[in-house]
Amino acid sequence: MKILVCISKTPDTTAKVAFKDNNTKFASEGVQWIINPYDEWYSLVRAIELKEKDPSTIIHLVTVALADADPIIRKALALGGDEAIRINADSHDSYYIAAQLAEIAKQGSYDLIFTGKETIDYNGSAIGGMLAEMLGLPYISLATKFDLSGTTATAIREIEGGEETDELSLPAVVSCQKGVAEQRIPNMKGIMGARTKPLKVVEPIAIDPLTSVVSFELPPQKAGVKLVPADNPEELVRLLHEEAKLI
Amino acid sequence: MSVLIFIDHSDGQIKKSSLEVLSYGAKLAAQTGSEAFGLLLGTVTEDLATLGKYGIKKVYQVNNETLNHMDTQQYTNLIAEAATQLTAKIILFSNNLTGKAIAPRLSAKLKAGLVSGASALPDTGNGFIVKKSVFSGKAFANISISTDIKIISLNPNSYHIESGSGTAEIVQLGLTVDAAKTKLLSTQKASGEVVLSEAEIVVSGGRGLKGPQNWGMIEELAKLLGAATACSRPVADEHWRPHNEHVGQTGLAIAPNLYIAIGISGAIQHLAGVNRSKVIVVINKDPEAPFFKAADYGIVGDAFEVVPKIIEAVKKLKAS
Repeated sequence: MKILVCISKTPDTTAKVAFKDNNTKFASEGVQWIINPYDEWYSLVRAIELKEKDPSTIIHLVTVALADADPIIRKALALGGDEAIRINADSHDSYYIAAQLAEIAKQGSYDLIFTGKETIDYNGSAIGGMLAEMLGLPYISLATKFDLSGTTATAIREIEGGEETDELSLPAVVSCQKGVAEQRIPNMKGIMGARTKPLKVVEPIAIDPLTSVVSFELPPQKAGVKLVPADNPEELVRLLHEEAKLI
Repeated sequence: MSVLIFIDHSDGQIKKSSLEVLSYGAKLAAQTGSEAFGLLLGTVTEDLATLGKYGIKKVYQVNNETLNHMDTQQYTNLIAEAATQLTAKIILFSNNLTGKAIAPRLSAKLKAGLVSGASALPDTGNGFIVKKSVFSGKAFANISISTDIKIISLNPNSYHIESGSGTAEIVQLGLTVDAAKTKLLSTQKASGEVVLSEAEIVVSGGRGLKGPQNWGMIEELAKLLGAATACSRPVADEHWRPHNEHVGQTGLAIAPNLYIAIGISGAIQHLAGVNRSKVIVVINKDPEAPFFKAADYGIVGDAFEVVPKIIEAVKKLKAS
């Protein structure tokens, strides 16, 4: 079993969101970078769990990023995984990234490809679906459970109004979210071992992005909270009815 | 040239978020001088002709019951085929769970630029620029699509439903339906009458409620307001409430008109899932709870004293 886990570098959840260069770029100065939580907590940990069940499993990590992503790649390798591949390109749109990942996926003939549900910066939820189409594979979106029996996979995925359980044959692409696995913290053995695991750097293929960011903007500031005394909650109901006109 | 709108449904009912996309698509068609058509895969109990009231001329249907289960590959092939036959230049989805599963796949198949999570109509004055929510609701990005065919998925509850009069012509599309590669074993329906992702009002409880036995008042208030119920991450992690009620960074991101947070401190991870709500009400006994900074209305007080009084006041209001 060969698993490819797609990871992405994102600003820390608590990072201040601000823009520069006339609001065309994210102001990354002083920002702490992390592995996108959906990639780390769910897809990567699930892949590691599958390897723990079947030690012959090989896990490769892949990301599209410049060399400044190496620390987060090492952190991912400290959690688990046998080697990592960094496609040496700055991020463009989802299509560009998916096409780069598809190229690696084709070369490695993987049985299973995991992505996170979305990245916490662009919130596109697009890579898994695009990758599946480029590879001509079935796709399970927004999985909350994933199990394997030989080359048959069973997945629970979130659908409108509930969940459904699907069965499919590998190879396949799966986007993972909460429920698939539990967050882990790397141990010292993992951290030491990650230093010597292979991190291959490959150059991107030529792909034209289909979209581009023109500018960013911040939402309008809230006017501030209007506090209602605790002994008069009826006033809140009146405000929601007469002022906000929502109830 | 046309605007093709994907109509999502479950249990024979068209999703409310799809009605928003129909209204959005009709407006966009008028803005770009083209016609808006709907596309429905599978079967519903409603009369599709009535969808004309949202401003669309025709509804194309692939009337095949096997399509009531969505397989992304099968759906993508059918939508791509329909889009080609109808020379659609703009294809629209709701950015709901179905849209998230299919729109990216279709984008790759047609090499059509995708903006997922749009929050407003595109600016078509100079190019084609779509505003979308990014950084988990903390900012917006204006994205230019440069391809001939464009795909947009619209965030639920970010465009109002506009209906008038009008009847749509129903056209059956005789497309070949390939066998699905994913096999449906079972379906588990979410509890609660109002679907959380589509709810206009959401009543949400946190750890401050102390235990699952105290959710009665949350459910009662929600029922009175026609609201969905939700919860914070610790509540779902402790199994006080089902996981599909968890809103926040790692749960569902929602944007209701009114979000009432009871006993939730408002950690940044929780705010990431609810900060697109139009009005936020926070009830918390800790005046330092960070949620008050993101709120429009607030009560610093004990939920067990405040909420029953609110329930009584809402009952009185509904009776008047």
